[in-house]
Amino acid sequence: MASAVAVSGRPASPRAAASGRVRRIARGAVRTIAILAIVALVWEGVKFLGGVPWRAPGAELGSPVIHQPPFRWAFANDLNLPHLWTIANAFAQPFQRGADVSLAQYLFGAALYTWREAAIGFALGAALGLLLSTLFVHVRLLERALVPYVVASQTIPIIALAPIIVIWTGNIQGFDPATRRVIAVVIVATYLTFFPVTIAMIRGLRSFDPRAMELMRSYAATRWEIYRKLRLPASLPYLFTSLKIAATASVVGAIIGEDTGAIQAGLGRVITTFAQYYITGPEKLWAAILAAALLGIAFFFVLRTAELLTLRGRSAATT
Amino acid sequence: MSAAAIPGRGRPGSAAGRWSRRIRFYLPAILVFVGGIVLWELVIRAANVSQFILPRPSGILDALRENWVGTRFPLFVSAVQTLKEALGGLLIGTVAGVLVAFAIARWVTARNVLLPVAIAVNAIPLIALAPLINAWFGLLNEMSKMVMAAVLVVFPVMANVTRGLVQVEPGALELMRSYAASEWTILRKVRVPNALPFFFTAMKIATTLALIGAVVGEYYGGQNKVLGRIIVESAAGLRFETTWAAIVLVAIAGISLYVIAVLAERVVIPWATTLEAERG
Amino acid sequence: MTAKASESSESSGSVVRLSGVDKVFTRGDQVVTTALEGIDLSIARGEFISLIGPSGCGKSTLLRVIADLIEPTAGEVIVNGKPAAQARRDRDYGMVFQAPVLMDWRTVEDNVKLPLEIMGWDRARRTARAREMLHLVELDEFLGHRPFQLSGGMQQRVAIARALSFEPAILLMDEPFGALGEMTRERMNSEVLRIWEQTGTTIVFVTHSIPEAVFLSSRVVVMSPRPGRITKIVDVDLPRPRDILTRETQRYFQLVTEVREALRAGGALTTGDDELDAGGASETRTLAEGAIG
Repeated sequence: MASAVAVSGRPASPRAAASGRVRRIARGAVRTIAILAIVALVWEGVKFLGGVPWRAPGAELGSPVIHQPPFRWAFANDLNLPHLWTIANAFAQPFQRGADVSLAQYLFGAALYTWREAAIGFALGAALGLLLSTLFVHVRLLERALVPYVVASQTIPIIALAPIIVIWTGNIQGFDPATRRVIAVVIVATYLTFFPVTIAMIRGLRSFDPRAMELMRSYAATRWEIYRKLRLPASLPYLFTSLKIAATASVVGAIIGEDTGAIQAGLGRVITTFAQYYITGPEKLWAAILAAALLGIAFFFVLRTAELLTLRGRSAATT
Repeated sequence: MSAAAIPGRGRPGSAAGRWSRRIRFYLPAILVFVGGIVLWELVIRAANVSQFILPRPSGILDALRENWVGTRFPLFVSAVQTLKEALGGLLIGTVAGVLVAFAIARWVTARNVLLPVAIAVNAIPLIALAPLINAWFGLLNEMSKMVMAAVLVVFPVMANVTRGLVQVEPGALELMRSYAASEWTILRKVRVPNALPFFFTAMKIATTLALIGAVVGEYYGGQNKVLGRIIVESAAGLRFETTWAAIVLVAIAGISLYVIAVLAERVVIPWATTLEAERG
Repeated sequence: MTAKASESSESSGSVVRLSGVDKVFTRGDQVVTTALEGIDLSIARGEFISLIGPSGCGKSTLLRVIADLIEPTAGEVIVNGKPAAQARRDRDYGMVFQAPVLMDWRTVEDNVKLPLEIMGWDRARRTARAREMLHLVELDEFLGHRPFQLSGGMQQRVAIARALSFEPAILLMDEPFGALGEMTRERMNSEVLRIWEQTGTTIVFVTHSIPEAVFLSSRVVVMSPRPGRITKIVDVDLPRPRDILTRETQRYFQLVTEVREALRAGGALTTGDDELDAGGASETRTLAEGAIG
């Protein structure tokens, strides 16, 4: 006689499931905070042991020394490794002498600008990837002929082609110079995003159970119907995995493109400028890099949420 | 029951048969390449396109020959230097990635801490670090380019090797426990061989990334004799045939590294490549 | 070839003894599944014994308790005259699972050598023994092949060769032929019997095929659906050596019917079986969790 025990592993009620998820998110948040805390401790700990003498934040030279580190390590000085509070403080300061906009605002604006370009490149690259992969999956000959070049296109560092692309778009009629430069950036971003999507979708569009294909054939389904009802749904996990990679790639492409194309407004230029003036304010470069990092992570999170909503319950594909 | 009775498994073909099959497989791609180059040359000549937009292949070849050694853009020396930076970064990044992967696979606490960090860092556009790395290690120092390359290489290597060490058939772990095998033995006899295909997958990605890292580092500043700077400076000086020549060299370098990785895989783990071929 | 002798005199012929064994799977302090309840079983040396029952009845769990891959919640497990944990450390048993679990990167011969490497045998001895075992399972021509080049049945034969390579006293088999077709399975049954007769190893065989259990065993242990208890032990008095013709005798059909009746009496084979299948899935999952730990 089977005893009336609950089947293992499955919670008894939807409310229990929801509270489980909340607990998991809370645990993830705690872990993130803990990791950040450890990083901060290590950072300042290294400066504590081997940095330059600590003075009150923002104080002038000659003010009293708060702490004298026992060792002196070259990489831990204030130029290479600014104090965390210096970096934090820099966000509130004007982004350059005499400006009335704080660094935080400035970086936010630049990040937004970059993100717009990245997003367009991302969308175009994803569309191109989907198009190419669909084509390759249905026409094997094209696949054999062109996939090696798709792969080869990525072994050419885009940074090498970026100047050429900028020059090309500089000659397009019908757009003002500013738009032309943005087009260049978008092209670079698209170049970097279409590859992961193409490769992943070639696998994804073929990842269905062969028996399901037999079933569709038995219904005399057309190739288009098979595509819509079988291939595409089966490929979604692969699509999302590649989109997450493509998100980062599009931001990278945008930053590289901006820098080459001398676009003043984006993060790429901001980073290069702050790098040039590193001596006068290393914390600004760190702040800019932090902004770029946050941009990438934010984009990643947006996609992760989209993935969780779309693929409810299905596990992500491991490519 | 003999192998011949099992259709499709391990069927030996004649060597000539295998070669002709391979050629037939790659023929469309080869045709596209040859056709593309020919078309390129003809169209540029016929339409008289200015070399601003796109130089002719023959022009690029000339630039390659002229600039190979000695001139203001010594392509050969630069290619060697860039390649050296890429390989240095590849080595550093691979070693670091493998070590971290072993730590993650062995200690669960390490896994819980490092894996989320790795995922987060993977989402960061690491290109943004290039100016910082140049500032730290010295703009003209080749070390800064190697570090940039290494930074791009570490994460794919770590992610893949960790997967390979951890993602073992559960049955295999049960089997080893039935032999009362130690963790060290399980690592040696099961996890590491299991991880090898993943390692080579990572290497195929990492070789390309290492080259990209080196060139990106150069782009933000470096010695004159590196391909990245040649591209920037020759483009600024409007000598596009030289620019394209340098780009072609970068592409050849990238493809060569990739092919070397593929060949290395076939030599070290022949069983995996045949397995994939069987699975189709 | 003789099986390893027991090291204790008090076992007096029983190589596996289970007394009052319970196994309860818990999550935290929540009882989630009672897999086994009050198992008392004594297995004699050289016996061929089958465990049969519906999905989820705990037979695989029971096998793993004997193998010390799962710890019982209560009761005593004596294997080869020692506690199960010691028997595992002394490698007194070999195990064959439902999946062959061969290593892709090793040849057939190297796969058989795996446990011998772990036990520190020297190279010459390993090679000699591997060849001997592959000869026993009639796979001599496939020494240098890779697992993926072999069919399912052949892979299982390699797994059996590997399990017997170090001459354990006991061979534990967990539905080894479950993934094979009917005819291959019958052929493999004859193979196992031949190997059993040649080596004299005690075999504990888990299956959910009634014909297979009756054909192979000296005794069939019938288990009830969850929580797993022993419903009945059927003595199979068919004469040995058994062959294809045995499957067509009157006595064979009687015994098959007897086992089936016992299963029904214990509560299996009812229309509620669908639930039991789901239970089986969760049992395998908890098994996996327990085994990997």
